[in-house]
Amino acid sequence: MSTPTPFLPPQTAPSAETIRVKVDGRDIDVPKMMPDWQGKLQPTTMLQACQLAGVEVPHYCYHSKLPVAGNCRMCLVEFGTPMMGPDRKPVLNEDGTPKIARSVLPYEPGTPRGAIACATPISPGMELYPSSAATRQMREAVLESLLINHPLDCPICDQAGECKLQEYSVQHGQATTRFVETKVHKPKVVDLGPRIVLDDERCVLCTRCIRFTRDLVGDDKLGIVNRGSYNTIAAFPGTRFENNYTLNTVDLCPVGALTSKDFRFQMRVWFLKETPSICATCATGCNVTVGSREEVIHRLTPRENDAVNGHWMCDHGRLNYRWVGRSDRLAEVQVRLSSGDLQRSSWTVALDRVAQHLRKATAGSVAIIASARLTTEELFLLRQIGVRVGAIMDSVPRRGEGDAYLVHADKNPNMNGARATGVVGAEPGSQLPRIIEGIRTGAIRTVLAFGEDLVKAGCPAESLGRLEMLVAGDILPNATTARAHVVLPGCAHLEKRGTFINAKGRVQRFRKAVEAPGDARPEWEYLLDLHRALGGPSGPDNIEGLFHWMAREVPVLAGLEWSRLGDTGVTVTI
Amino acid sequence: MSLAVPPALEAEIDTLISHYPQRRSASLMILHALQDHFGWLSQEAIEWTAAKLGLQPINVLELVTFYPMFRQAPAGKFQFKVCRTLSCALGGGHALHGHLCQKLGLDPHKHGIQTTPDGKFSVEFVECLASCGRAPVLMVNEAFHEAVTPDQAEALLSQCR
Ligand code: SF4
Ligand code: SF4
Ligand code: FES
Ligand code: FES
Repeated sequence: MSTPTPFLPPQTAPSAETIRVKVDGRDIDVPKMMPDWQGKLQPTTMLQACQLAGVEVPHYCYHSKLPVAGNCRMCLVEFGTPMMGPDRKPVLNEDGTPKIARSVLPYEPGTPRGAIACATPISPGMELYPSSAATRQMREAVLESLLINHPLDCPICDQAGECKLQEYSVQHGQATTRFVETKVHKPKVVDLGPRIVLDDERCVLCTRCIRFTRDLVGDDKLGIVNRGSYNTIAAFPGTRFENNYTLNTVDLCPVGALTSKDFRFQMRVWFLKETPSICATCATGCNVTVGSREEVIHRLTPRENDAVNGHWMCDHGRLNYRWVGRSDRLAEVQVRLSSGDLQRSSWTVALDRVAQHLRKATAGSVAIIASARLTTEELFLLRQIGVRVGAIMDSVPRRGEGDAYLVHADKNPNMNGARATGVVGAEPGSQLPRIIEGIRTGAIRTVLAFGEDLVKAGCPAESLGRLEMLVAGDILPNATTARAHVVLPGCAHLEKRGTFINAKGRVQRFRKAVEAPGDARPEWEYLLDLHRALGGPSGPDNIEGLFHWMAREVPVLAGLEWSRLGDTGVTVTI
Repeated sequence: MSLAVPPALEAEIDTLISHYPQRRSASLMILHALQDHFGWLSQEAIEWTAAKLGLQPINVLELVTFYPMFRQAPAGKFQFKVCRTLSCALGGGHALHGHLCQKLGLDPHKHGIQTTPDGKFSVEFVECLASCGRAPVLMVNEAFHEAVTPDQAEALLSQCR
């Protein structure tokens, strides 16, 4: 891959200077210049002016974060400009208003001749007619031409229900077809890469996919081959479209041409419940929309947040959700009997047993391993509990590969949450060797592990057998839960509410998309119970209250309010 | 990438590239040079061109599939190019094409270039060959023939050895 242009352009403000234009007869002052896809100021276009006036202009090829191509013609809008006399003075109507020359063919005045709104700059006094009969006529004509060779296979198309071709056809198209000739057939079920299947017959040739991978990712893999109505999106024979961002083209594709192999034919989109959440696969924390139905997650799609991920996310993070529905999820509270067997128990019994043990434990004999995959609220509660029982605490770092686009080398979504709450110090993981050594020598007799497998973190399994009390709060079974005295089933972040603090210090809130299985409860809920059982203040019993308590105690979060985080977060300095 | 480009041809291509302020502007000229030499443009030829210009092969494939004069399969030893632009269409270009096809056992209604199974003859329609006053016009390889009657076409065929 060559050097990409900025994946996330700087957030530039529009110019202060304005131009007055008319949109559907209403005067509006719009900025003279607006940021383009790279955040550079460019003359404001007709499309942007209409958007600012609250009038949607249908479009396929235009996307605010891609270079303008101007090829689909869907955004044609009739317009007019003030007439100039030979003396270079405006020509006036009898009432003194400027005379406007409308965009019609000079030799056939009944024929509209609009301009593509996405690529035509506005000028002072310009009048835009996005709702005029002429504009409607042009839209009908463009849609008719786009549908000429379209297979009309909407009933089995994954895009149905969120397809711009369907939507614009309903709003601006015609109900009947005049086309009686044979349709051109193009390749179907084209295997473009490991995650993408292309149906060329549905493609409207907007080139969004080409521009994204060429101009943003720098992986110039896609092109248009053949000519005229045989135009076909393709990769070079023998090459694969397989960079880590390919699935963004499925979101960008306005029709059902590019489809995700993962989501293809899985679910009709209108059945999906949409929940705003965050990707937890790395410390970037891309904003996502979770699509689920009846407690099953079917897809993640990026949710726009210019401060974090723009419109995009990586393929790896997008597809990292299936484990949430794994059949071997921990779904029972379990307590080890004196016989050595684990037995199903209740939250009351299990937490009581943990609390009783902790109350007797001597300071320095307790260790808490708190995963940086837990929410900030949970890390905060664990810190409170840790201070109360004099525990030594740490988290487990996860380093991997990062890239120049979005992917961060830190694979924990919330190490900054662990930092902010004091669960880890300047160097996460630096206490781990001490803890492991303490377990081995018997200096540490009680361990609470939340979301981490100690054996994987380097603690020999035999040492764990020496512990008086091993509490494992986790989601999936592992070597630690298998040896625990108390197993507490927890929730994936997609099953609870809370916040993560990303690598840039963005405090991001997420909502609950699906129910957790069986006995599983959000960790913050039972940690509040445990904290109370250890003599902590009765405190809040909802997530908002917990967040506000934390914001009062944790300096970097001072002054934050749950509701003010919104769905796109607030940046703090870690 | 197994294209064997002779040093002389590569030198010629390097000169072509030097004529343009941007390397990629030489794409079409290089493709013509390669097709003149090899007779057609293989996948390797496209990859070679892309590598030469610092492009992706897909960029070159777009050009090759856009312009009808580029071939992605070998053509016959003798290539009959029959003009079908306006003057020739009015002056009997279609009849001429049909006659050639019939003589060679090819389908006059098929789209694009056709080659006889023995690889000897190709017949295709082309656009204006710039001798509109002497329609119908055809070319056999690089040789130009004007006001060609079906009989003359047959004679041309029999001259090809
Ligand atoms: S595949 Fe989709 S995004 Fe790409 S050109 Fe076709 S319609 Fe546009
Ligand atoms: S870059 Fe990181 S946060 Fe974003 S989608 Fe990929 S793994 Fe998830
Ligand atoms: S949106 Fe495609 S031409 Fe304007
Ligand atoms: S039309 Fe045939 S040579 Fe011009």
